[in-house]
Amino acid sequence: MSYIVADNLVKKYGEGETAVSAVDGISFKIKEGEFVGIMGESGAGKSTILGMLGAMNAPTSGSLLVADIDIYSLGQEQRADFRREFLGFVFQSFHLVSYLTVIENIMLPLAIIKAGKKKKREMAEEAMNQVGLSGKAHRLPSQISGGEKERVAIARSIVNEPPVLLADEPTGNLDTKTTRGIMELFGRLNQGGMTVIMVTHSPDCAGYAQRIIKVSDGKLVGYYSKKYANA
Amino acid sequence: MTLKTISIRNLLRRKGKAGFVLAGLVVGVSTVVGILSFVEAMTSDINHKLEQYGANILIVPRTENLALSYGGLTLGGVSFEMQEIQEQELTRVSTIKNSKNIAALGPLVLGVVHVGTHKALMAGVDFKAARILKPWWHLKGTVPEENGVILGAESARILNLGIGDRIAIRNKKLVVSGVLQSTGSQDDQLIFTRLVTAQSIFNKNGRISMAEVAALCKDCPIDAMVKQISDVLPGAKVMAIQQVVKSRMETLAQFKKFSFGISGVILLIGSLVVLVTMMGSVRERTDEIGIFRAIGFRKRHIMGIVFMEAAIVSGLAGIIGYFAGFGVAKAALKVFSENHSGHIPFSIELAVGAVVTALIVGLISSAYPAVMASRLDPNEALRSL
Repeated sequence: MSYIVADNLVKKYGEGETAVSAVDGISFKIKEGEFVGIMGESGAGKSTILGMLGAMNAPTSGSLLVADIDIYSLGQEQRADFRREFLGFVFQSFHLVSYLTVIENIMLPLAIIKAGKKKKREMAEEAMNQVGLSGKAHRLPSQISGGEKERVAIARSIVNEPPVLLADEPTGNLDTKTTRGIMELFGRLNQGGMTVIMVTHSPDCAGYAQRIIKVSDGKLVGYYSKKYANA
Repeated sequence: MTLKTISIRNLLRRKGKAGFVLAGLVVGVSTVVGILSFVEAMTSDINHKLEQYGANILIVPRTENLALSYGGLTLGGVSFEMQEIQEQELTRVSTIKNSKNIAALGPLVLGVVHVGTHKALMAGVDFKAARILKPWWHLKGTVPEENGVILGAESARILNLGIGDRIAIRNKKLVVSGVLQSTGSQDDQLIFTRLVTAQSIFNKNGRISMAEVAALCKDCPIDAMVKQISDVLPGAKVMAIQQVVKSRMETLAQFKKFSFGISGVILLIGSLVVLVTMMGSVRERTDEIGIFRAIGFRKRHIMGIVFMEAAIVSGLAGIIGYFAGFGVAKAALKVFSENHSGHIPFSIELAVGAVVTALIVGLISSAYPAVMASRLDPNEALRSL
């Protein structure tokens, strides 16, 4: 049974004749525990799709179901609750909070949940261990490398154990070696049962996905298997 | 990790901006506290002086015949020959509701006497009560016995009399037991003797011309006391001596109003400083707020962070502002009121009021930036998705 069902998603910016379609009638289904890559050239609409999947960018038309929840029938605040409970975000430029330490950045999603200080710390330390960041807890983002920042962003996205992880060009700013480490980390998280949806330019990164959705000019132009992507 | 942690960390990071908001509010709060403390101290000073003034309520016979000036104050009518108050009636004054506020009650018999070729006003007084009623008296000599008098400074000079001299008044031989130092009041012109002596001289046994009351008036309702005394003495006219301080109190009241106006304007400026700074802070944090929203913070969480920051800074400004204002008021008292002791009592109400006012101003001024922050579209804010 499909976990995520996108049905004829359309996103237009502007109105009337000047309206521009960023996404033009895209439909797809993603199973629970699947690792999906979304590929396409710049401006193809892949980040818009990820924004819609992230309950942050309402489509002009169409519907999106996640775990049978029609996300865009929810109010703004319910969508915030949905993001907190169902989604983890990894952004291209990390988006860490500069004045919080590594562990505080990781604990950020826990700031608004009801849990004891000790429990929150344990959850954060577990996430840090998962991404291999032990020993850097009290450093500020400015005191760690790009790869470590990416790991902090990933740890923050998984600290509250969401079922879905959304990643937007997660390795865009990283070198090859660090990229490989990050992608292996995504693979491990996926093997742990997490549904991973990743937007990427890189065929190498897409190679870690089980399935690739290719978009062009806001339209879905095909599904590709892992074998094809690696080729 | 809680919302408070985020607020505190942000304040520590943006020390300059937080300091600017703090300074704006401290200036506002300290000005208000300074002005209120100053006015309070001045009011307290006037009340204290009113107490020191001595008599502040006069009881005179109800008459419309003559006007008499006494003690530099314009009083009601007193007719020496026509109407008097029975001395016994004065005992009723001790039965009024606010009798505990009465420090002294001094009956007075007045009459004109001839001393040699001079005419003089003689007053029979209760010297025990006079100690409280006339604290400005400085007597050279002793309080007179039944056959004695004391003279006002002017009357001693004009009559050319000194301590130990004898005078004859209406066939009664009296000894001058003391002379008052100059008071600058009408007391300088008078001859004082015991009440019973004066009553005997003027054939007014059991009767008095008027009575003076010293009410402890810092907190007492003087107007209510006047009414209470009037009720128990229906044949007398009871008046509060307020003229002396009235104009000063009016000036102070006007200053108070003006001060409140100034305080309001300063607080308004302070709140605008907070508003502008918080708006700038929110704009700078668009990206950060976008992250918070993206990871599931509700609008109220975002508002909570902004309000928490405002509350921390405002609360601190309230505390600092109170003590700064306190210091300003002390300094101002030394400059503007030389006779004042400079002592301002610590007021817990004012301290709490300062903190609460700072919090209210800080929170109200932060309301719009907080709402603006909470309304940020996470997608727009991040621009990466």
